[in-house]
Amino acid sequence: MIEYIISALILIGALFTFIGSLGLVRLKDFYTRLHGPTKATTLGVGSLLFASALYFSRGGELSMHEILVTLFLFITAPVSAHLLAKAALHLQLRSLAEPPEAESKRD
Amino acid sequence: MRQRLLPHPVLTLVLALIWLLLVNSFAPGHLLLGLLLGWAIPLFTRHFWPEKVRIARPLVLFKFIVIVLFDIIVANLIVAALILGRPKKLRPVFVELPLDLRNELAISMLANTITLTPGTVSVQLAEDHSHLLVHALHETDSEALVKKIKQRYEAPLKEVFEP
Repeated sequence: MIEYIISALILIGALFTFIGSLGLVRLKDFYTRLHGPTKATTLGVGSLLFASALYFSRGGELSMHEILVTLFLFITAPVSAHLLAKAALHLQLRSLAEPPEAESKRD
Repeated sequence: MRQRLLPHPVLTLVLALIWLLLVNSFAPGHLLLGLLLGWAIPLFTRHFWPEKVRIARPLVLFKFIVIVLFDIIVANLIVAALILGRPKKLRPVFVELPLDLRNELAISMLANTITLTPGTVSVQLAEDHSHLLVHALHETDSEALVKKIKQRYEAPLKEVFEP
Protein backbone atom coordinates (compact mmCIF):
# COMPACT_ATOMS: atom_id res chain seq x y z
CA MET A 1 0.00 0.00 0.00
CA ILE A 2 2.67 2.47 1.05
CA GLU A 3 4.54 1.71 -2.17
CA TYR A 4 1.57 2.96 -4.18
CA ILE A 5 1.46 6.21 -2.20
CA ILE A 6 5.20 6.74 -2.67
CA SER A 7 4.99 6.00 -6.40
CA ALA A 8 2.05 8.38 -6.79
CA LEU A 9 3.95 11.13 -4.95
CA ILE A 10 7.03 10.64 -7.12
CA LEU A 11 4.91 10.80 -10.28
CA ILE A 12 3.13 13.97 -9.09
CA GLY A 13 6.50 15.49 -8.18
CA ALA A 14 7.97 14.67 -11.57
CA LEU A 15 4.91 16.07 -13.31
CA PHE A 16 5.07 19.42 -11.53
CA THR A 17 8.83 19.72 -11.98
CA PHE A 18 8.28 19.06 -15.67
CA ILE A 19 5.54 21.69 -15.94
CA GLY A 20 7.79 24.18 -14.17
CA SER A 21 10.57 23.57 -16.69
CA LEU A 22 8.08 23.66 -19.55
CA GLY A 23 7.29 27.19 -18.42
CA LEU A 24 10.83 28.21 -19.37
CA VAL A 25 10.06 27.29 -22.97
CA ARG A 26 6.46 28.41 -23.25
CA LEU A 27 6.50 31.77 -21.50
CA LYS A 28 7.57 34.78 -23.48
CA ASP A 29 9.74 37.09 -21.40
CA PHE A 30 12.30 36.88 -18.61
CA TYR A 31 10.01 37.98 -15.80
CA THR A 32 7.21 35.54 -16.56
CA ARG A 33 9.75 32.72 -16.98
CA LEU A 34 10.88 33.38 -13.43
CA HIS A 35 7.47 32.23 -12.15
CA GLY A 36 7.90 28.66 -13.38
CA PRO A 37 11.02 27.63 -11.44
CA THR A 38 10.03 29.50 -8.26
CA LYS A 39 6.57 28.01 -7.92
CA ALA A 40 5.58 25.05 -10.03
CA THR A 41 8.76 23.35 -8.85
CA THR A 42 8.19 23.89 -5.12
CA LEU A 43 5.24 21.50 -5.15
CA GLY A 44 7.22 19.14 -7.40
CA VAL A 45 10.22 19.01 -5.11
CA GLY A 46 7.84 18.99 -2.14
CA SER A 47 6.12 15.77 -3.22
CA LEU A 48 9.44 14.14 -4.12
CA LEU A 49 10.76 14.96 -0.65
CA PHE A 50 7.58 13.72 0.98
CA ALA A 51 7.96 10.45 -0.92
CA SER A 52 11.57 10.25 0.23
CA ALA A 53 10.58 10.88 3.86
CA LEU A 54 7.94 8.14 3.65
CA TYR A 55 10.34 5.68 2.01
CA PHE A 56 13.12 6.13 4.54
CA SER A 57 10.73 6.18 7.51
CA ARG A 58 9.44 2.67 6.81
CA GLY A 59 11.99 0.96 9.04
CA GLY A 60 10.36 2.56 12.07
CA GLU A 61 12.91 5.36 12.24
CA LEU A 62 11.60 8.77 11.26
CA SER A 63 13.53 10.46 8.48
CA MET A 64 13.68 14.20 9.11
CA HIS A 65 16.28 15.45 6.65
CA GLU A 66 13.55 16.20 4.15
CA ILE A 67 12.02 18.81 6.44
CA LEU A 68 15.34 20.65 6.41
CA VAL A 69 15.64 20.42 2.64
CA THR A 70 12.14 21.91 2.33
CA LEU A 71 13.01 24.68 4.78
CA PHE A 72 16.22 25.65 2.98
CA LEU A 73 14.49 25.46 -0.38
CA PHE A 74 11.74 27.81 0.80
CA ILE A 75 14.33 30.24 2.12
CA THR A 76 16.71 30.19 -0.86
CA ALA A 77 14.43 29.87 -3.91
CA PRO A 78 12.70 33.24 -3.43
CA VAL A 79 16.01 34.97 -2.70
CA SER A 80 17.60 33.81 -5.96
CA ALA A 81 14.44 34.70 -7.88
CA HIS A 82 14.49 38.15 -6.27
CA LEU A 83 18.13 38.71 -7.25
CA LEU A 84 17.53 37.55 -10.83
CA ALA A 85 14.51 39.84 -11.16
CA LYS A 86 16.44 42.76 -9.70
CA ALA A 87 19.30 42.20 -12.14
CA ALA A 88 16.84 41.97 -15.02
CA LEU A 89 15.25 45.25 -13.96
CA HIS A 90 18.66 46.88 -13.76
CA LEU A 91 19.62 45.67 -17.25
CA GLN A 92 16.20 46.79 -18.53
CA LEU A 93 15.43 43.51 -20.24
CA ARG A 94 12.49 43.32 -22.63
CA SER A 95 9.34 42.90 -20.63
CA LEU A 96 5.74 42.12 -21.50
CA ALA A 97 4.59 44.16 -18.52
CA GLU A 98 5.08 47.90 -18.49
CA PRO A 99 8.35 48.33 -16.55
CA PRO A 100 8.22 51.04 -13.87
CA GLU A 101 10.36 53.95 -15.08
CA ALA A 102 11.53 55.45 -11.81
CA GLU A 103 12.62 52.09 -10.44
CA SER A 104 14.83 51.07 -13.32
CA LYS A 105 16.65 54.39 -13.36
CA ARG A 106 17.43 54.26 -9.68
CA ASP A 107 20.60 52.43 -8.50
CA MET B 1 24.09 40.36 31.66
CA ARG B 2 21.35 38.15 30.23
CA GLN B 3 21.57 40.16 27.05
CA ARG B 4 25.27 39.33 26.70
CA LEU B 5 25.10 35.67 27.58
CA LEU B 6 22.05 34.87 25.48
CA PRO B 7 21.77 37.53 22.78
CA HIS B 8 19.18 35.80 20.59
CA PRO B 9 17.00 33.23 22.39
CA VAL B 10 14.82 32.57 19.33
CA LEU B 11 17.86 31.92 17.14
CA THR B 12 19.22 29.57 19.81
CA LEU B 13 16.06 27.44 19.71
CA VAL B 14 15.96 27.41 15.91
CA LEU B 15 19.61 26.37 15.64
CA ALA B 16 19.14 23.60 18.22
CA LEU B 17 16.13 22.30 16.27
CA ILE B 18 18.04 22.42 12.96
CA TRP B 19 20.89 20.47 14.57
CA LEU B 20 18.48 17.77 15.76
CA LEU B 21 16.99 17.50 12.28
CA LEU B 22 20.45 17.38 10.69
CA VAL B 23 21.63 14.45 12.82
CA ASN B 24 18.16 12.91 12.53
CA SER B 25 18.06 11.90 16.18
CA PHE B 26 16.48 13.19 19.36
CA ALA B 27 18.91 11.52 21.78
CA PRO B 28 19.62 13.60 24.92
CA GLY B 29 23.28 13.92 23.93
CA HIS B 30 22.39 15.53 20.64
CA LEU B 31 19.82 17.76 22.32
CA LEU B 32 22.55 19.04 24.63
CA LEU B 33 25.03 19.49 21.77
CA GLY B 34 22.35 21.29 19.74
CA LEU B 35 21.59 23.68 22.57
CA LEU B 36 25.32 24.28 23.05
CA LEU B 37 25.72 25.12 19.35
CA GLY B 38 22.58 27.25 19.48
CA TRP B 39 24.09 29.16 22.38
CA ALA B 40 27.62 29.52 20.96
CA ILE B 41 26.87 30.44 17.34
CA PRO B 42 24.73 33.55 18.08
CA LEU B 43 27.36 34.62 20.60
CA PHE B 44 30.16 34.52 18.03
CA THR B 45 28.08 36.05 15.24
CA ARG B 46 26.33 38.73 17.29
CA HIS B 47 27.70 41.60 15.20
CA PHE B 48 25.93 40.08 12.24
CA TRP B 49 22.51 40.46 13.91
CA PRO B 50 21.95 44.15 14.55
CA GLU B 51 18.34 43.72 15.61
CA LYS B 52 16.93 41.42 18.20
CA VAL B 53 14.27 39.10 16.83
CA ARG B 54 11.10 39.27 18.86
CA ILE B 55 8.17 37.03 18.16
CA ALA B 56 5.24 38.65 19.88
CA ARG B 57 2.44 36.29 18.93
CA PRO B 58 3.71 32.75 18.19
CA LEU B 59 0.18 31.53 17.48
CA VAL B 60 -0.41 34.14 14.81
CA LEU B 61 2.94 33.17 13.26
CA PHE B 62 1.93 29.51 13.25
CA LYS B 63 -1.41 30.33 11.61
CA PHE B 64 0.43 32.48 9.06
CA ILE B 65 2.75 29.57 8.17
CA VAL B 66 -0.21 27.20 7.69
CA ILE B 67 -1.97 29.72 5.44
CA VAL B 68 1.23 30.22 3.40
CA LEU B 69 1.78 26.47 2.98
CA PHE B 70 -1.79 26.11 1.76
CA ASP B 71 -1.33 29.06 -0.61
CA ILE B 72 1.88 27.55 -1.97
CA ILE B 73 -0.03 24.44 -3.06
CA VAL B 74 -2.76 26.57 -4.65
CA ALA B 75 -0.05 28.74 -6.28
CA ASN B 76 1.53 25.70 -7.86
CA LEU B 77 -1.76 24.53 -9.36
CA ILE B 78 -2.56 28.02 -10.66
CA VAL B 79 0.87 28.57 -12.21
CA ALA B 80 0.88 25.07 -13.70
CA ALA B 81 -2.52 25.79 -15.29
CA LEU B 82 -1.28 29.17 -16.59
CA ILE B 83 1.81 27.56 -18.14
CA LEU B 84 -0.21 24.80 -19.79
CA GLY B 85 -2.85 27.29 -20.93
CA ARG B 86 -2.28 29.86 -23.61
CA PRO B 87 0.82 31.93 -22.75
CA LYS B 88 -0.30 34.66 -25.17
CA LYS B 89 -3.33 35.37 -23.03
CA LEU B 90 -1.25 36.22 -19.96
CA ARG B 91 -1.25 39.78 -18.73
CA PRO B 92 1.92 40.21 -16.67
CA VAL B 93 2.15 43.44 -14.74
CA PHE B 94 4.42 45.29 -12.28
CA VAL B 95 2.66 46.38 -9.10
CA GLU B 96 3.96 48.71 -6.41
CA LEU B 97 3.08 47.48 -2.96
CA PRO B 98 3.27 50.20 -0.29
CA LEU B 99 4.80 48.75 2.87
CA ASP B 100 3.65 49.27 6.43
CA LEU B 101 6.31 46.97 7.85
CA ARG B 102 9.56 48.47 9.15
CA ASN B 103 11.28 45.46 10.68
CA GLU B 104 13.86 44.10 8.20
CA LEU B 105 13.25 40.44 8.99
CA ALA B 106 9.51 40.96 8.58
CA ILE B 107 10.03 42.66 5.20
CA SER B 108 12.26 39.85 3.93
CA MET B 109 9.71 37.27 5.10
CA LEU B 110 6.97 39.15 3.28
CA ALA B 111 9.10 39.29 0.10
CA ASN B 112 9.79 35.54 0.34
CA THR B 113 6.11 34.81 0.89
CA ILE B 114 5.11 36.92 -2.11
CA THR B 115 7.51 34.98 -4.32
CA LEU B 116 6.23 31.62 -3.07
CA THR B 117 2.52 32.41 -3.48
CA PRO B 118 0.12 32.71 -6.44
CA GLY B 119 1.62 34.20 -9.58
CA THR B 120 3.76 36.89 -7.94
CA VAL B 121 7.52 37.48 -7.60
CA SER B 122 8.96 40.27 -5.48
CA VAL B 123 11.38 42.22 -7.65
CA GLN B 124 12.79 45.19 -5.81
CA LEU B 125 12.60 46.90 -2.46
CA ALA B 126 12.73 50.69 -2.56
CA GLU B 127 15.81 52.15 -0.89
CA ASP B 128 13.77 53.85 1.80
CA HIS B 129 11.76 50.64 2.37
CA SER B 130 8.55 52.50 1.53
CA HIS B 131 7.36 50.06 -1.09
CA LEU B 132 8.08 46.73 -2.72
CA LEU B 133 7.94 46.17 -6.46
CA VAL B 134 6.06 42.99 -7.35
CA HIS B 135 5.77 41.25 -10.70
CA ALA B 136 2.52 39.39 -11.27
CA LEU B 137 2.26 36.66 -13.90
CA HIS B 138 -1.38 37.29 -14.68
CA GLU B 139 -3.33 40.04 -13.02
CA THR B 140 -6.05 42.31 -14.33
CA ASP B 141 -6.82 44.10 -11.07
CA SER B 142 -3.64 45.49 -9.47
CA GLU B 143 -5.47 47.16 -6.61
CA ALA B 144 -7.16 43.94 -5.56
CA LEU B 145 -3.78 42.19 -5.57
CA VAL B 146 -2.21 44.83 -3.33
CA LYS B 147 -5.18 44.67 -0.99
CA LYS B 148 -5.01 40.88 -0.83
CA ILE B 149 -1.27 40.78 -0.08
CA LYS B 150 -1.63 43.44 2.60
CA GLN B 151 -4.52 41.68 4.32
CA ARG B 152 -3.41 38.10 3.98
CA TYR B 153 0.36 38.34 4.55
CA GLU B 154 1.45 41.76 5.75
CA ALA B 155 -1.11 42.16 8.55
CA PRO B 156 -0.17 38.94 10.42
CA LEU B 157 3.57 39.64 9.99
CA LYS B 158 3.06 43.10 11.42
CA GLU B 159 1.25 41.61 14.40
CA VAL B 160 4.06 39.12 15.01
CA PHE B 161 7.15 41.28 14.54
CA GLU B 162 5.89 44.79 15.29
CA PRO B 163 3.33 44.59 18.07
